[in-house]
Amino acid sequence: MTDTPLLKVSGVSKFYGSRIGCKGVSFDLWPGEVLAIVGESGSGKTTLLNCLSTRLIPTTGSVEYRMRDGNFRDLYHMGEAERRFLMRTDWGFVHQNPVDGLRMTVSAGANVGERLMAIGDRHYGKIRETASDWLARVEISTDRIDDQPRAFSGGMRQRLQIARNLVTHPRLVFMDEPTGGLDVSVQARLLDLVRGLVNDLGLSAIVVTHDLAVARLLSHRMMVMKDGHVIEHGLTDRVLDDPREPYTQLLVSSILQV
Amino acid sequence: MTDLATYNFAYLDEQTKRMIRRAILKAIAIPGYQVPFASREMPMPYGWGTGGVQVTASIIGPEDVLKVIDQGADDTTNAVSIRAFFQKVANVAVTTHTKDATIIQTRHRIPEQKLAEGQILVYQVPIPEPLRFLEPRETETRKMHALEEYGLMHVKLYEDIAHNGRISKTYAYPVKVAGRYVMDPSPTPKFDNPKMHLSEALQLFGAGREKRIYAVPPYTEVVSLDFEDYPFEIQKFEQPCALCGAEGVYLDEVVLDDKGGRMFVCSDTDHCEERREHGHAGAMLAPSKEAAE
Ligand SMILES: Nc1ncnc2c1ncn2[C@@H]1O[C@H](COP(=O)(O)OP(=O)(O)OP(=O)(O)O)[C@@H](O)[C@H]1O
Ligand SMILES: [Mg+2]
Ligand SMILES: [Zn+2]
Repeated sequence: MTDTPLLKVSGVSKFYGSRIGCKGVSFDLWPGEVLAIVGESGSGKTTLLNCLSTRLIPTTGSVEYRMRDGNFRDLYHMGEAERRFLMRTDWGFVHQNPVDGLRMTVSAGANVGERLMAIGDRHYGKIRETASDWLARVEISTDRIDDQPRAFSGGMRQRLQIARNLVTHPRLVFMDEPTGGLDVSVQARLLDLVRGLVNDLGLSAIVVTHDLAVARLLSHRMMVMKDGHVIEHGLTDRVLDDPREPYTQLLVSSILQV
Repeated sequence: MTDLATYNFAYLDEQTKRMIRRAILKAIAIPGYQVPFASREMPMPYGWGTGGVQVTASIIGPEDVLKVIDQGADDTTNAVSIRAFFQKVANVAVTTHTKDATIIQTRHRIPEQKLAEGQILVYQVPIPEPLRFLEPRETETRKMHALEEYGLMHVKLYEDIAHNGRISKTYAYPVKVAGRYVMDPSPTPKFDNPKMHLSEALQLFGAGREKRIYAVPPYTEVVSLDFEDYPFEIQKFEQPCALCGAEGVYLDEVVLDDKGGRMFVCSDTDHCEERREHGHAGAMLAPSKEAAE
C-alpha cells in the first residue's frame, strides 16, 4: 500500500425527500484495501455504495478518486463521458443479481470481451483468448465460452459477472451483496475465489453485505451502518472481536447465536 | 389519386418542407447523426418508404430528374408507385438512367454506376438505429451515440463470428461515418457499403415511422466496422451477370424453371440494360459469342 488513498470520501449524505438514505459519511480507501459495509436491512448500505460509485448523486458531500495519472478528481465534477469511461475501465461493479450486471442474451465470451471492445480492442482472436483466460480464472470451463449466461447456474453467473468486470484490470471494485442469492456451499466457493482474485490483483474493493462472515473473510476494514449513519468503523478483526458500540455488539452476538 | 392535384407542389406544404429541410441541413452538418423530425402522414403505408418520400418531396424542384429503385429495379410496384406519385404531385421528369437523374430514391441498392457530384441519393430507411437490437432503450442509445460508446456494435460482430465462424451480416451492415457516428445504412446490402465511402453524391436517409433523418455529405469517410483478423468483405459472385456479362456487380438469382434451372443477373436493371445496349452480352444471351472468345 502506498501512502496516498485511492478514494477520499467526505461528508456524503443522501436524502430521499425527508428520509435519510445515508448521512455524513467520511473515510479514505487505500490501494489494495477491502472495505466492508455492514448493517441491517434499510441501514443505507446500498445507498452509500451507489453514492460512491456515481450510480446515485449524493445530496451533499464529495467523493474524490485518484486517477491513474496520480491526480485526484471529484467524481461529481467530472464530465459524464469521462465518468462512464472510468466506470468501465478502472472500476468494476458487481451486482447482487447477476442479471443486472450481465448481458443475458450474448455469449459468456462476449460478456467478458465487451469491456475490451469498448476500449478499442479490435482483434477477435485476442479478445477471445483473453475472455477464455478469464473464464478459467473464475473456474468456468472454457468450453462454455459460446453459451449464454441464461444457461448458467447462479454461482456461474456471479463468477461470470466478476470476470466481466475484472478483464480491464480495474483498480477499484464495488460489490453489493455479491453472495446474496446463492446457496451456502456456492457462497463459500465464490468467497474463496473473490479473496484469491483480490489478493492476486491487488484490488481495492468496497463490499456491501449484511453477512458478517463475508466481511470477516474478505475485508481488512469495516464500517457498521445504522439508520443511515456509520456508527462504528475499524479494522475488521477488531470490530468483530471487540465491538465498541452496543449496536455492533448486538449484531455480532446475534450472528454468533445463529 | 386525382384529388392530389389540389395539393401543394410535391405534396407537402411549404412549412413542412422547410421543417424537413432544416432537419436535412442539420443532418448534413453532423454526418451520420440521426436528426428527429416531425414525420407526416403520406398517402402510402409506412413500409413503402414514407421517410424517403418526405425527404425527396422536400428537396425536389421542377427542374429535377427523378429515378426510383427498389432492390436494383425501376419497375417494381413500389418504385413505379413512388415515381408516379412525384410525376403527379410535382410534374417532374423521371428516368431510369442513373447518370441522367439528379435525385435517386432507393429502397436497397446503390446504383452500380458511380454517382457524380450534384446527384442526391435518398434512402428509404425502416430502422435507423444501429444500436436498437442491443439496447432497446432510446434514452440509452442516444447517450451511447453522444458519448461515442460503440463497444456494443463489436459485441454483436463478435457474437456473429463466435457462432458462424465469420461476420455473417449481409444487410444493414453498420458503418462509422466521418470517424464519429455509427450509422445503419439499412437495408442496403453490405456489397454497397464501399460505394458510400467518399461518394461524390450527397446521401440522405429518411425513416418515416421512426421519424429520423440522417446524411452522409459528399466526400465523407464511411468505414464498415470489423475486426483486424476478420476484416470487412463484400459478397463475391462466382460468375458474371448472365445477361450482360458484368463482373464485380451485385447479382440476383433468377429461377428459370421448376427443374432447378437458374441464372444470376444484375440487380441493377438499368446498369444491365445499358451494358447490353453497348454490346455486352452474358452467357444467357450470347452463348456463341462467349464460346468464341
Ligand atoms: N429510491 C428510494 N426512494 C426512497 N427511499 C429509499 C430509496 N432507496 C432506499 N430508500 C430508503 O433509504 C434507506 C436505506 O436504504 P438502502 O437500500 O440503502 O438500505 P440497505 O442497507 O442497502 O438495505 P438492504 O440490506 O435491505 O439492501 C431505507 O430507509 C430505504 O427505505
Ligand atoms: Mg441493499
Ligand atoms: Zn447484367
